[in-house]
Order: sequence, then C-alpha cells, then structure tokens
Amino acid sequence: MSKTETTGETTGEAAEAAEHDERELGEAGAQLSTAPQERAVPGSFGGVMGPGAAGRIAWVWRETTGWTRWFWRQLTSMRVALILLFLLSLGAIPGSLVPQTGVDETKVEEFKAAHETLAPIYDDLGLFDVYSSVWFSAIYILLFVSLIGCIVPRTWQFVGQLRSRPPGAPGRLTRLPAYTTWRTEAEPEQVREAALAMLRQRRFRSHTVGDAVAAEKGYLREAGNLIFHIALIVMLVSFAAGQLFKSEGGKLVVEGGGFANTLTQYDDFKSGSLFDRDHDLAPFSFTLDKFVGTYERTGPQRGTPRTYEAHVTYAKGADGAEKKSVIEVNRPLEVDGSKVYLIGHGYAPVVTVRDGRGKVVFKDAVPLLPMDSNVTSSGAIKVMDGYRDKDGKKDQLGFQAFFVPTFAGAGKGTMLSQYPGLDFPVLALNAFHGSLGVNAGLPQNVYQLDKRKMKAFKDEQGADLKQRLLPGETMKLPGGAGSVTFEKGVREWATFQVSQQPGNMPALVGAIAAIAGLAGSLFIQRRRIWVRAVRGKDGVTVVEMAGLGRSESSKLPEELADLAATLNSQAPTAPDPAEPVEGVRA
Amino acid sequence: MNLAAATNENLANISNVLIYSSMAVYTLAFLAFIAEWVFGSRSKVGRTAAALTARGADASAPAVTVRSGGSTTVLDKPKVVTRSAAGTRDVPDGPGAAGGTEKGDLYGRVAVSLTTLAFLVEAGGVIARALSVQRAPWGNMYEFSITFSTVVVGVFLGILAAGKNVRWAGLPLVTTVLLDLGIATTWLYTDSDQLVPALDSYWLWIHVSTAIFCGAVFYLGAVGTLLYLFRDAYEAKLARGGEPGRFASSVLERLPSAASLDKFAYRVNAAVFPLWTFTIIAGAIWAGDAWGRYWGWDPKEVWSFITWVAYACYLHARATAGWKGRKAAYLALFAFACWLWNYYGVNMVLNGLHSYSGV
Ligand code: HEM
Repeated sequence: MSKTETTGETTGEAAEAAEHDERELGEAGAQLSTAPQERAVPGSFGGVMGPGAAGRIAWVWRETTGWTRWFWRQLTSMRVALILLFLLSLGAIPGSLVPQTGVDETKVEEFKAAHETLAPIYDDLGLFDVYSSVWFSAIYILLFVSLIGCIVPRTWQFVGQLRSRPPGAPGRLTRLPAYTTWRTEAEPEQVREAALAMLRQRRFRSHTVGDAVAAEKGYLREAGNLIFHIALIVMLVSFAAGQLFKSEGGKLVVEGGGFANTLTQYDDFKSGSLFDRDHDLAPFSFTLDKFVGTYERTGPQRGTPRTYEAHVTYAKGADGAEKKSVIEVNRPLEVDGSKVYLIGHGYAPVVTVRDGRGKVVFKDAVPLLPMDSNVTSSGAIKVMDGYRDKDGKKDQLGFQAFFVPTFAGAGKGTMLSQYPGLDFPVLALNAFHGSLGVNAGLPQNVYQLDKRKMKAFKDEQGADLKQRLLPGETMKLPGGAGSVTFEKGVREWATFQVSQQPGNMPALVGAIAAIAGLAGSLFIQRRRIWVRAVRGKDGVTVVEMAGLGRSESSKLPEELADLAATLNSQAPTAPDPAEPVEGVRA
Repeated sequence: MNLAAATNENLANISNVLIYSSMAVYTLAFLAFIAEWVFGSRSKVGRTAAALTARGADASAPAVTVRSGGSTTVLDKPKVVTRSAAGTRDVPDGPGAAGGTEKGDLYGRVAVSLTTLAFLVEAGGVIARALSVQRAPWGNMYEFSITFSTVVVGVFLGILAAGKNVRWAGLPLVTTVLLDLGIATTWLYTDSDQLVPALDSYWLWIHVSTAIFCGAVFYLGAVGTLLYLFRDAYEAKLARGGEPGRFASSVLERLPSAASLDKFAYRVNAAVFPLWTFTIIAGAIWAGDAWGRYWGWDPKEVWSFITWVAYACYLHARATAGWKGRKAAYLALFAFACWLWNYYGVNMVLNGLHSYSGV
C-alpha cells in the first residue's frame, strides 16, 4: 500500500528522507489485511556441503526441507490459488461439451457409437466423467489444500491483529490517500482527547501514540473473508460426504400400487461408494392412491400441464401409522430422511386377456411409455404363462400397444393424441404369439416386444391383426385363440425418485455462511485514521488528519471529511495567519 | 377460444407493439448519444497529456472537496485532499462524451431522456407480456432477453439517478440493448406459453430474477473493463510520449481515467458477486426440489459454476499484487464471456434440462 511514485531527481539527503518515508508508510499500512506476502525464492537450500557422509546427509536434509517448505509456500500463495482457480474454471468446461455418464448414460453410449476413434481417447482422459476424473479431482484437491494452508496462518495472524493496536501515525500524513488539516486555538492535548473520544464513539479501535491518535475499523472484513473461505471447505466436505453416502433409485407405481423401500423394489438404483445397501435404506412404504394431472383446456397453451399431483398414503417404519400426503413436482415427500420426488407420469390401460375357453389368463394395468407432450404412449403386453391355444397347447402371447388419451377421431388421418387428458381414450393393439424370449435369461425391456420368435395373428384378409379399441371393447383373436379386452377405467402411473442424501444441512449452513462472509468481506472497508495535533511555530495548534484503506475505497475521503467536520466543531478553525502555513502540501 | 384467452392474446399483442416502440425510441436515443459524442469531439482539452507531463509535481493530484457532514456554519471547513493509489497514474477523469461543450451536453441529456422513455415503454412491454402469460416473464429466451435488457437499462438509469456520472456508458449500452432486442424479436420470438410444472416454483422467481439482475450488473462491469483497457493503453502511450491517433484521442480523452474505469468495474463486479453466489445456491435448492438432486452438472449448472469461479478468480487477482490492472481486466472479460455463453450458447447449442421449450 506504499506509494511507489518517485520524483524525478532526488539527491542525497532527499533520497534518504524519501526512503525513510517509504518505510514508515509501509509500516502504517502493514497488516491491513492478512493476505499472504509473495516471497522471493532462493536458489538452493542446502548451502555448502560438509565433509563426509554426515555432511552429505545434513545437506540432503536441508535441501529437502527447504524445497518442501518452498513448495508449500508456493502452493499456499495467492498466485497459485489464482492459477488453480483459473484451471478449475477451464477444467469444468469439457464436462458441458462431452456427454457425461453421471448425467445421461444413453447419450454417452450414442457418442461412443458415433465416434469410434475418439471415444477411447476421451475415455482414457476421463472426459465422460470429468467431475470425478483424476485430473479434475487433482485441481480441486490442490486448491483446497492450498486453501487450508492459507486459512490457518491467516486466522492466527488475524487473531494477532485483533489483540494488537493500530500502528502509530507515519511522519508525513500528507502522503496518505486522504488528508486534511486546519489550525485551531484549542490545545493539542484537547484536540487529541476530542479525537480519541470521537473515534471511540464511532467504534474505531483507537489509542494515542505520541502526538497523534491512531484508529482502525472494519475488522469484520477480515473475519468475513475467513468465514467465507472456511465455509467453502464446509460445503466441499459435506458435498463429498453426500456423494459417498447418498442413494438414489427410481420406481414406477401404478394407481393402487405400492412401494416399500427395499432394494429389490427399485426399477433402478444408484448409490455412493460408502452406502451400505443392506442397512442404510430407511424403512418406509407408500401406495399411490390417485394421480391427478390437469391441463390447460383452451387457448394457445392448450394441453400444457397445470398441475401434477400424486396422492399417496405412506407409513414410516415397518408398521408405522398411515398418513396421507400429496407429492407435487416441486414438493417432494420427506420420510425418515429420504425424499420422494415425483418425476414423471403416464397411462396404464387395464387389459384382460382370455384364452380360447374364456379363462382369464392375464388381467392387469399395463404402464405405457409416453412419447410426446400429449402423452401418445406405446408399450407391450406380455402374457407369459397360463395361456393355452385352441388345441390346448402352451403358448405365449404378445401385444404391441399404442395408446392415446385423446383420439383425434376415426378418419382424421392421425393416431397421435390431441390432448394429454383422458378425453377420448383409444387403445390400438397388434397381436402376436410364439416365444416372448423371456426364458433366455437376458434382461428384457418391458416396454418392447421381442418379435424375433413371434408370429403375428392374421385377420380374414390375411393382413396382420390390429384393432382400435374403446374402453369396454374386446378384440377377438382369430380361430378361437381367445380375446383381449380394454377395460373401462384407465389408470395412471407415476414415477418416483427416492433419494437419501446426507450432508445437505451442513452444505446449506455453509452456503449461508459463505454468502454472509462474502458480503462482509466485500462491503466492509478496513481502514485506519490518524489525527495529529501539534503546536505550530506561531503557537497555534495544527491539526492533521489522514486516512488509509485497502485500495478500492471511495468512501474513505468522505468518512474523513465527516470526521474532520465533527472534530472541527470542537476545535474550530483559527483565523488565517498573515502568510500561508506550510504543511498543507509537502 | 374463450374470453380470457382472447384478452391474453390481446395483451401479448400489446406487449409486442410496446417492445417494437421501445426499439424505435432506443434508436433515437442511440442517435442522440452519437450526436453527443460528435459535438463533444470539438472540445480540445487534452488534460490527460498535460497531467502526465506534469508528473511528479503534486499539482496534478486533484484536490477534492467532499461533502462534510453536519450543519455547522464554520466558514473555513477543512478540505480533504485525495491522492490516487500507489502505482497508478495521477490522471484526471475526462469530461465525458459531451466534452464540456454545451451542444454535446444538450444531446447527452436528450439521449438520457429518450433512454428513460424507451425504458418505460420496454418495461410496459415486459409487464404486458407477464400479464398475458400470467406468470413471471422469463419462461423462454425471448422473454429472458427483453427482461434482461430492461433491467440493464434500469440499472444504468439507477446509477445515473444516484448521482454517479456514468453517461459515458450510454452509447455502448444502448447499442447492445438494440442488438439484444433485435435478436430477441427476430430469432427468439416465441408465442406466449405456459410454464411446465417443473418451472412453477417460487424459487424460479428468486433464482431467475437475481440471475437477470446479476447479468445486467456484470454487463455494466464488462463495459467498464473494456473501456478501461482502451483508456489504459491510451494513457500508457501518452506516458511513453507516444502520439495516439486523432480518433482515439478524441474519444478516449473524454472517458474517465483508466484508474476510475478500473475502480468502477471492480466495484460493480464485487458488489454483485455475493448475489451471484446466492443465485447459484438458490438454483441448486430449486433443482433439489424439482429434480431430486441439488447439483447434477447439467450444462447450465456447469457454466454458472465456471462463471462463478472466473469472477472469484478476478477478485483474487485484484488482491494479488502482480495481477492488478490489465491482467485482472482480461479475467473479468473472460468471466463475462462465460456468463454470456451460459445465457445464449448453452440454451441453443448444448442441450440440458434447462433448455427452454421453443428455444
Ligand atoms: C476455493 C477456491 C476459492 C474461492 C472461490 C475464493 C474466493 C475468494 C473471493 C471471492 C475473494 C474476494 C473477497 C475479497 O476481495 O475480499 C477472496 C479473497 C481472498 N482469498 Fe480466496 N478463494 C478461494 C481460495 C483461496 C485460497 C486457496 C487462498 C490462499 C492461498 C485464498 C486467499 C484469499 C485472500 C487472502 C483473500 C483476501 C484478499 C483481500 O484481502 O482482498 N483464497 N477469495
């Protein structure tokens, strides 16, 4: 914070005086922050090697400790923090350009298929999982080591500053960024006392040193800055803990259906590496009583969803009391540390399949996958066992299902749904028989029919059998092979995500502390004020006031003016002497 | 179509008319600002060069009398003298675009009045749009853009009203506002539509409104930084005894000094940085409620993070001795470029959960 401006030709004494000045100003500005100093780097730490093995060992020791200390200082310097921060921002970029496994696995697969040469290179570089890759982790771990290595000494330094008192006034106050002076008839001691009282009243930490009062204010800036940096560590640690212990699973539930929080019940499940799958899942269960979706009826926004509500009955523990609740998109249900989010919804037409003798071999609500915003849906109905054909032979049935909640009407040329609500539900089916291929032991997509070993039923014209059904209607399979009925009362389904993520609370507290600390650090100015009062040559008291702050302050002169005006009212300006006083400007 | 829908349609049309009208008025303001600069160029002050040649002599340090509080009737109030910070040139601020000429000043005032009028008209357009869709007017890029430029101009007028002389920023500001509106109406226009339930949360109000505000302030900071770089180069050239081109001197001479521009940019960026931090955290909380995870490295999240780190980097650079000045300024521009990319690029180029329907 010292002035580094040098005046043209300074010679001898003048140069010495200037140097003295610099030093004093430097001391006045010392410890106005706790930012680490950049230190010069020596070339070698070992120095001269002593004779023999002992000398050699001692030299190596000096060399290693020296370099370690040097490395540590480098790492905890502001410059390296700056570089690491910059690297962190650059390193985050690829993760937004290349598909990420953590975000969308299918996209990664697509990318890998499309870029055969590039994909393995990307894989090696960890570009499909940037945020847990070695190099990205290295950047932020180094940054946080640097941060800790920086905070600890700064905190001690700050404690020291809190205990000590502001440094005395530099010799020439005129060199400071804000300066004012006047002459007064009041006694110097009187002026100093008045200044001390005024500064104390304004909550400056102040004391008198020699002929001047030294005062300082704004320690909260440093405190805020330290709190901010510590809060960053708190956030990182709780975030990391959350990642290690979290679990997240998805489940599709049809109206009337239920879910109990055990591993086997999930459609898909992911967890952090320290999550204990057998013991850490909170025991609770819920049933989906009803799903309500409403949509804009008219106007240009027709069909836009207005509300999604999943009405559920849930119970905590194995046999806790049942409670009712409504889960909405932005309002998850919280049970026993887990959160249940409503993620998606669709329709599940209820279908009954009978065999040739009229025996019911399948009756269930079949969830279908939505394909567009009007919930045109498709899926498959699979009758795996229990079905016998007209000759009494075991067979399997499969149906490709296509469903629209609101049909455009026959002959309108489109089978796509016109509206997401259940206004005019129509189910279209294609029927097949043969082997569903589920016995091969391979996992199968429940929404798709593997038709490789299936034969389509044919209608009278010999074309593939397909039919559009209204609720209550039945499609007959040819040759007495049975029938399919689209039952009245289409059900809805909802998908839920159940997540358990410890460490949210500390992260939130850290976040709030970070913002508060940051605000303190950026909005509070740390500044020093000196008031010097001495008797001038003509016996009249000369008052000088000066202020010094961290560079960016615009308020400092204003504050000084305000203080000066207050002090001036107690030590009023004396009438001008015949000739101008020197000292106003050096 | 029922009655309510018809009124909504009407309001949407009114909004469009207001937005186009505001563009017309902004164009007039633009011309007036140009006129201010043109007439201002007739002034031949050259204070910078004078100050730089008079270096070393303390006479160059501007003596500033600052408001001295209280109502004491002391005739001879103490005057506060300020000196610029260490290592900076003692250079006075330029006289502003008008260059101290009466005619230029007149046009400058006209330009500010026109900008205010355009701002009111545009704000009306934004409000009509909000009423027509019955929600906050930031459900898609078009709405985001018109709201954004309104807020930028609002912040600018607010700083002017607070008595700070930032009229020099008027021309670049109105130019970009016109560009922004042009892009919005030509390429981004979307018929008013409803929000899907995921966007229906009070966190939307909090998160998006603060995001827009932060962007507006960051933008002003970036204008300050950019002009700082030019002005700094100009001052450096003068200090070396070089002779800048006539156009450069005419324009740059009238800007505030490099030190003032740098400070302006820093203050603006630093002041809004905590709010930007809050914006990101609010976004995370909202994402936690809507999607069941607080942070998922979605492209929009990634770029918010990058922007945040870049600004943190800039603030650090300011605190580190060797990185003040131009280097820090480049960092600030990089940070703003990240913000801009997050706003346009990510929505249009990278697809994520945040991509709005219909762009
Ligand atoms: C996780 C990464 C970090 C972030 C996001 C961060 C952010 C910030 C921000 C925004 C400021 C500005 C506040 C102000 O100007 O007062 C700041 C100041 C500061 N930071 Fe960091 N910081 C980080 C790491 C570090 C590290 C590793 C160090 C130490 C080597 C450090 C040392 C400092 C110091 C000394 C200041 C105060 C400068 C001053 O007094 O003006 N920071 N930091």
